[in-house]
Amino acid sequence: MTEIELLSWARGPGLQIATIIFVAGVVIRIFEILVLGRKANLAEARGAEMSSGLKTMLTRTIPDRTTFKRSSVTIVSGYIFHIGLFVVCFFSAPHILFLKDIIGFGWPSLPTPVIDAFAVVTIIALLATLVNRLTNKVMRFLTNFEDLLTWFVTFLPVVTGYIAFHRIGLTAPSLLAVHLLSVELLLVVFPFTKLMHAFTLFIARWYNGATSGYKGVAS
Amino acid sequence: MNTSSFNIQTGNELTWNARPILFEVRHALEELVQSGENSIIDLRSIPLAPGEEETIINTLGQGEVHASLDALGPSEIYETRYAGVWLITHYNEEKAVVSRFIEITKLPEILESQQEDMSNALVELTRDLGTQDA
Amino acid sequence: MKKDSTRKKETTEKGTLGETLRSRGVSRRSFMKFCATTASMMALPPAMIPMVARALENARRPSVIWLSFQECTGCTESLTRAHTSTVESLIFDSISLDYHHTLQAAAGTAAEAAREAAMEENYGNYLLVVDGSIPLDNPGYSTIAGISNLDMLTECAKGAAAIIAVGTCATYGGIPHANPNPTGAVSVKQIINDKPVINVPGCPPIPVVITGVLAHYLTFGSLPELDHIGRPKAFYGQSIHDRCYRRPFYDKGQFAETFDDEGARKGWCLYKLGCKGPTTYNACATTKWNNATSFPIESGHPCIGCSEPDFWDGGGFYKALSMPTENLSQTAVYAAAGAVAAGTVLGAMNRAKKNASNKIHIKTTVDDLQK
Repeated sequence: MTEIELLSWARGPGLQIATIIFVAGVVIRIFEILVLGRKANLAEARGAEMSSGLKTMLTRTIPDRTTFKRSSVTIVSGYIFHIGLFVVCFFSAPHILFLKDIIGFGWPSLPTPVIDAFAVVTIIALLATLVNRLTNKVMRFLTNFEDLLTWFVTFLPVVTGYIAFHRIGLTAPSLLAVHLLSVELLLVVFPFTKLMHAFTLFIARWYNGATSGYKGVAS
Repeated sequence: MNTSSFNIQTGNELTWNARPILFEVRHALEELVQSGENSIIDLRSIPLAPGEEETIINTLGQGEVHASLDALGPSEIYETRYAGVWLITHYNEEKAVVSRFIEITKLPEILESQQEDMSNALVELTRDLGTQDA
Repeated sequence: MKKDSTRKKETTEKGTLGETLRSRGVSRRSFMKFCATTASMMALPPAMIPMVARALENARRPSVIWLSFQECTGCTESLTRAHTSTVESLIFDSISLDYHHTLQAAAGTAAEAAREAAMEENYGNYLLVVDGSIPLDNPGYSTIAGISNLDMLTECAKGAAAIIAVGTCATYGGIPHANPNPTGAVSVKQIINDKPVINVPGCPPIPVVITGVLAHYLTFGSLPELDHIGRPKAFYGQSIHDRCYRRPFYDKGQFAETFDDEGARKGWCLYKLGCKGPTTYNACATTKWNNATSFPIESGHPCIGCSEPDFWDGGGFYKALSMPTENLSQTAVYAAAGAVAAGTVLGAMNRAKKNASNKIHIKTTVDDLQK
């Protein structure tokens, strides 16, 4: 198979397969959670559920002091790479074009040197989380295969994207194909791993806020 | 060349190869002056944006010598305003440029009469003189 | 250059290139102009011009047989656009073009006889140039004098010193090979694997690239250095993107959004309009077209990637490289719809399981604990 054929496959059928698995996987899992529901709380409600739930979805973004002291490296490096990923994914020109093709509209992009800087910082932050995971006694104890797999499938697209953009090493079509395939790997692995936290975290935060609100306490 | 309202050239931003070439010419001229070594630069071998080739040619300007060659189509050879730096442009029969060189030399080799041509000319001249006598 | 005895036989009739030119009254000076331009065409440094002159002086005129298969004749047109140009026509004249449908005077059985005679006379030494793809589904799709393309190619390849596949059709299958490929079109390399094949792709290839490859063969008696898919590195070693004069705009993020908008008029990067420059390898950005006049991007149109395989099926000329080629939003909507149904069913099943287990749940009492 020539490199152009590989690129055409990655841009065509490969993306389709990955999209189907990703969308179907995420929707099924969320539906399962929602349809299963919760046990009815027979106590009398002492406060509002919904408003507390919604508020908590946002307020949990700031960690409390004790948690922060205990896991500062995890939290700081985690925030850095999440913000970095957000900027690189949604504000680099080729990515905006990709999304424009799917959702029908685009938005202004950031200049290349800015995206480059964010990509490099994201890579460093991701490496920091891995090092922390392997050196911190508690983290190492808790780490299993899935943790390492999800780290890998997140790290790969950022690195391959940077290399493809700057055309280092292989020929251009191969580099672009590798980047697309790494993204497809991420999409396919997503619904079966803890990467689902991207969606379930909001459900979980709402639930915590809701139960507290029902009881009439702060969350 | 292009007089339409679409001015695709955006001037100064694109001259990132023109100046290095002129510096290469300067370096070659230094070699010629100090050690008599000739050099040739092929202007077609370096990517140039629209207008950059003109910039180089205009910078070099025209000097005292201008020769035109009629061999397999016209060619223009002239010394630029910097002595020792010659610009040679080869055209085909349609007056389209087929190659362009900057030669840093005392005299471009193509202007010299060639040994073979001179040998042939000797034969011809002898023959022509012979028939006239008769 | 080594000459074997079989070559010596035919060269007495054809002579060296130097002898041929002199016999046509071409002066030494003209020959020097010819060599300088040829060296430039082959992307050789000017210091090699004397070497080129020596080699061309002594070059034997190789016999060239040009086979045209499923093609539009654009490659021949591209090459012969230069036929009135003196210097490039000399390259053409310095080969003995013994067979070419469009350019030859002969037709019918006389033409085929000429081809067979040339093949026999120069067996093992002639150059085979092929343009157009070869249909495999039904040989009847494309025949010459009743001979299918496949048969003619395999037969003519047997005695060839090398094969030059000119144009994207001959190198990768080209437009006949595009989806759904009704004739089963394939490239030369997919049929011939026991002879050296040079791929000179492009739709059409830049004329000087074609003549440059021929000039290289004339000068060095061998094929130029090729990349991993058989293209001469001298012309296909760089991508358009790496040599494009609009690259600074790409790096700064200044793109033309539509044709004829502000950015387009300013000459900004055409990536968003579907430019395939980043993944296309060709000499367009440096050598350019029409004797170095311009190339598509300079004229304001994005590169269509015509020297790469399957460029017709690359998702569309105006779809940017980072865009998916299929309709992903439709795929996503269908997947979501199916998943909602599946999710509801699975959720219901889970609920039923939960209720069932609640029903059979027996509460533990103090007596159970004391058992």
